[in-house]
Amino acid sequence: MDISILYYLVPSVLMFVFGVYGFLTRKNMIAMLISLELMLNSADLNFVIFNRYLFPGSMDGMMFTLFAIAIAAAETSIAIALIINIYRAVGNTNVTDIKQLKF
Amino acid sequence: MDMTLPILILAIPIAMFLILGIGGVVMSRKMAGILGILGMGTTMVLAYIVAFTYFFSGAPEFINEFGERLQFQVFDYTWLAFTDKLVVKLGFLLDPISAMMLVVITTISFMVHLYSWGYMEGEKGFQRYYAFLNLFSFSMLGLVVATNIFQMYIFWELVGVSSYLLIGFFYKLPSAVSASKKAFIVTRFADLGFLIGILLLTFYTDTFNFQTLTSNPELVMQQCGGATFMGASVMTWAMILIFMGGMGKSAMMPLHIWLPDAMEGPTPVSALIHAATMVVAGVYLVARMFPCYCQVPASMDFVGVVGAITAFYAAVVACCQIDIKRVLAFSTISQIAFMMVSLAVARDYVPEGYHWHAPGLGYMASMFHLFTHAMFKALLFLGAGCLIHTVHSNNYTSMGGLRKYMPITHWTFLIGCLAIAGIYPFSGFFSKDEMLAAMYQNDFFWGAWMTMVAGLTAFYMFRLYYLIFWWEENPHYKEHKPHDAPWQMSLPLIILAAVSCVAGFIPFGHYVTYDGKPYDIHLELGVWLPSIIVAVCAIALATWLYAKKNDKPARMRAALPTLWEAAHRRFYWDEMYQFVTHKIIFGMICRSIAWFDRHVIDATMDGFAKVTQKASWQIRGMQNGHIQAYVAWYFFGAIALAAVVWFALS
Repeated sequence: MDISILYYLVPSVLMFVFGVYGFLTRKNMIAMLISLELMLNSADLNFVIFNRYLFPGSMDGMMFTLFAIAIAAAETSIAIALIINIYRAVGNTNVTDIKQLKF
Repeated sequence: MDMTLPILILAIPIAMFLILGIGGVVMSRKMAGILGILGMGTTMVLAYIVAFTYFFSGAPEFINEFGERLQFQVFDYTWLAFTDKLVVKLGFLLDPISAMMLVVITTISFMVHLYSWGYMEGEKGFQRYYAFLNLFSFSMLGLVVATNIFQMYIFWELVGVSSYLLIGFFYKLPSAVSASKKAFIVTRFADLGFLIGILLLTFYTDTFNFQTLTSNPELVMQQCGGATFMGASVMTWAMILIFMGGMGKSAMMPLHIWLPDAMEGPTPVSALIHAATMVVAGVYLVARMFPCYCQVPASMDFVGVVGAITAFYAAVVACCQIDIKRVLAFSTISQIAFMMVSLAVARDYVPEGYHWHAPGLGYMASMFHLFTHAMFKALLFLGAGCLIHTVHSNNYTSMGGLRKYMPITHWTFLIGCLAIAGIYPFSGFFSKDEMLAAMYQNDFFWGAWMTMVAGLTAFYMFRLYYLIFWWEENPHYKEHKPHDAPWQMSLPLIILAAVSCVAGFIPFGHYVTYDGKPYDIHLELGVWLPSIIVAVCAIALATWLYAKKNDKPARMRAALPTLWEAAHRRFYWDEMYQFVTHKIIFGMICRSIAWFDRHVIDATMDGFAKVTQKASWQIRGMQNGHIQAYVAWYFFGAIALAAVVWFALS
């Protein structure tokens, strides 16, 4: 049976929008990090989908996805480290308390 | 001719300037003085060798088979080549007038170097003084040997700078500082005209070179062609503007105001720069461009009228000055104006009825007077320096009866006065006689007018002489007995006095003439007799008035107080300039421009700054440190951009 590309893309977009929504609304930095991961995963998913549908013979998109997952893992570890440090310094993980980065 | 000597003539003074200027601080005064004097002495010997080679060797590059002296470029080095045509060269031109000037400049400069050793003894900045003297000598030598008008302009500015530096040598005296500024600004203003003149002339002729310009003046006239501006041809404008540069340097009216103030400088400097060499640069410039001036009678008339008015004005003012250096300064202005008139009445042909004259008689006479005047005016200034050195005042009111105390100064000063008054057999008689002959040849009016000026010259010089050396003894002499100056100062006086006695017998016409052919100077009874009678009468009048203390001068002054005051205040020229520059230019024009600058231009810029600042204060709140706010801005911004791109493309 022929499955349309939309069957894959719509969940991906939904995942991305949930990620954005979560990133903008949650005050807890851990929750924001999870939202960020959601957005990244939707992007990874897009790579795979477009590779499968547009260039069925090649594996480039798949390889990129693997790279992106690896880099996202590294980035997550850094983010966790930052959050832990911020927690030690500020006493909580509330993002609204971290606003020293202005003018 | 070999290039070595000409290059050395220029190289030694500039090297001395650098050595004394940079190394002077670690040098003793004696060392600096000896170095300066030796350097200038060497330059003088070399210049003599070059000039004598030019005049007497008879080499084919200097004189052709018809006995005409030629112009010879020893070298002409390309310095800056902007385009094919616009090329600035630096070279060394030998011709009768430049060879003559080499002799004059190096002689006077050497005398002044020697004299300054005594005069400037104990002054602060002795080494600096010698460095500046050398800079001046270098610039002046470079000016007279210039092969092209641009080189002349460069050195012209250099002499202006050295004059500025030397007038302001006593830089702690406010009067010296303002005098040096005045000299620089006035001559600089005149040089603006000079520059425009150069640009006008060379724009049409495509050449800076003097030889090209003067060997074929008809061609220059043709190239300038029919272009006119405000009713006068381009050539007329160019020649008059070039002469404006000469008016500034040679202190012709109305640009004469800086020269009397320049007397604030040390007296030997006045002798070198403001009497003998730099101030005749204007005369030299007109002589250099003489064939071109001949093409434009209007410009010649302009030179003549300016010269005649200046000569008379300066002579009248000189009669009413108290400061002896000011008298000499106005006398210099008057004598230079004499040379200008002599050049202006010269023509490149022999007028009818004067077959015994050579073409360009006034040219020769003017150069002759330049030569003799340099010698006797330097003598007079150096003599005045001796007086000031011993009396410690510039005013004749602190002098009087000095002839017994200072015999050397007295006799040499008297010789100088006789020479400038034009008494036979002193040098001034011969040169002035030739100038007057040239003036009578052109028009009786010029001759009569300038004979009258010559009479005034004799009067004010002898007025000065009697008031210094006769009149009555100043009572201060009992406490502080005046005496003759040391040998370094007396020796130049004696040498220059000797030159002034014999220079008239030099067959000058054999060396310097307009067409290069030798010309025998002969005295014409109709010219010399009236002039000598006028001179003798003037001297007799001065003797009657000033030889012994009496109340005649005071009564004369009381009879015409307004005239005396006006002449003493130089007919209010300085006040007029003060009014024009301060009240009109600064007060009205500049003030309104400053208002415009402050309230329109600055205000516009301030407005931009203020608007930017206000706007940034308003929007800085957006950068609040909330990461989520930034992301929201980014996100919705990206969506908006995408929407715009989408709609724009579809």
